[in-house]
Amino acid sequence: MKGNSYLPRKLHSLLGVIPLGLFIVEHALTNYSAYEGGKEGFSKSIDSLNSMPLIFWLELFVIWLPILFHGVYGLYIAYQSNMNTGRFSYGRNWAFTWQRITGVITFIFVAWHFYETRFQITLGNVAHEDLGSHMNGIVSNPIAFTAYIIGVVAAMFHFANGLWAFLVSWGITIGPRAQKVSSRVCMVLFVILTALFLLSLFAFRSDEFASAAASALSSVSIG
Amino acid sequence: MAEATTATATGRKVKFIITRRERPDASPFTEEFEVPYRPNMNVISALMEIQRNPVNAKGEKTVPVCWESNCLEEVCGACSMVINGKPRQACSALIDKLEQPIRLEPMATFPVVRDLVINRERMFNALKKVKAWIPIDGTYDLGPGPRMAESKRQWAYELSKCMTCGVCLEACPNVNDRNSFIGPAPISQVRLFNAHPTGEMNAHERLDALMEEGGIEGCGNSQNCVRSCPKGIPLTTSIAAMNRDTTKHLFKRWLNA
Ligand code: SF4
Ligand code: FES
Repeated sequence: MKGNSYLPRKLHSLLGVIPLGLFIVEHALTNYSAYEGGKEGFSKSIDSLNSMPLIFWLELFVIWLPILFHGVYGLYIAYQSNMNTGRFSYGRNWAFTWQRITGVITFIFVAWHFYETRFQITLGNVAHEDLGSHMNGIVSNPIAFTAYIIGVVAAMFHFANGLWAFLVSWGITIGPRAQKVSSRVCMVLFVILTALFLLSLFAFRSDEFASAAASALSSVSIG
Repeated sequence: MAEATTATATGRKVKFIITRRERPDASPFTEEFEVPYRPNMNVISALMEIQRNPVNAKGEKTVPVCWESNCLEEVCGACSMVINGKPRQACSALIDKLEQPIRLEPMATFPVVRDLVINRERMFNALKKVKAWIPIDGTYDLGPGPRMAESKRQWAYELSKCMTCGVCLEACPNVNDRNSFIGPAPISQVRLFNAHPTGEMNAHERLDALMEEGGIEGCGNSQNCVRSCPKGIPLTTSIAAMNRDTTKHLFKRWLNA
């Protein structure tokens, strides 16, 4: 590929943290409200998000366009890398390899997840109020539930480890000690965010979300 | 599983499996050799033995194996090859410390010329690209340059030990033909020459070069380089430091323009 990849690479790294990392944290907290506050807590969170001004533009510039660039350019970055953990089985090299594998998994997962949720809302098949029960319908299927768990773990590793790499690529953590400390902090972040999402996934499977599911599901088929 | 060290009636033998090719475009094949053991042998002295007596393990006469070496004391980098899976210098690879059979392969990240001989030209081109020197030539005597602080000289000296051996490029998963990444060594050289009080006067030119296509952005932080460098050069620290300097340089270029 011709042209200079310095700026796209820098932008790719930045977008993964701001805004996408912030969106992930927001998403984790919103979902967690399903675990903490049940059906009511979850719909309250959704309501408050949807009552934000300029919500369409916020979603477009803070979520969809950054995801699109980060995802597509990220696939190209993964294509440009070799895997050599066979010869160099060092922890950081494994993280490098997993960063690329989880990136591809996350790309597929996010595309599917977008289609099942946000896109169904756009089509008018699901109302915002019914998202909780809609999720219940999806995760009640054991295959979809497993896919969600894999997707969540992959996405959170990709974000946490990507944050570590962002700190190096932007010249924030320089020495080996700083990079070691930041990798510990990022792995703690990985565990916390994964836990938040997993708790919400289990919450969505509960009877509370199931009760209203039957009516909400009538119009959508779940893959 | 693998056969242990072969001991014959005539004495101990050292077993080698060598990846060879006749020409740059020829397909590689492996050939096995058994070399009489001598105390304190290294991989180069074993290759010299094969050169003296080019007979493979099957007892057939063959073409001697080609390799490169110069200093024989791990300072020139010419003898770099992949030994038992790891890129390193053959002259400092002691037979007594290697698991047998010893596998020798060329560092195929670089164009292979023949057998174990590779062409490291891209590394020298990279040094030219980033201007890894200090320009002091002129038409009149410029007088003495500024002094370097001793504390700085000490860490800069470590970076100056680089022998352009190519091991860090061989270890890097982002140095390959789908990727234009310049590799770790020249990035560390930019840090070295930008740290020098006279070299610093041209720091922006070296940073500009790192911000061109195939520059510093190709680093994916696998950090294999720092684990592999025979000279113990803190490559990942150099790369992160240059990440900081290029980032600053980027904003300066934008805001000062
Ligand atoms: S940095 Fe180390 S591994 Fe890389 S070329 Fe220089 S001496 Fe060899
Ligand atoms: S011959 Fe110079 S490093 Fe081995």
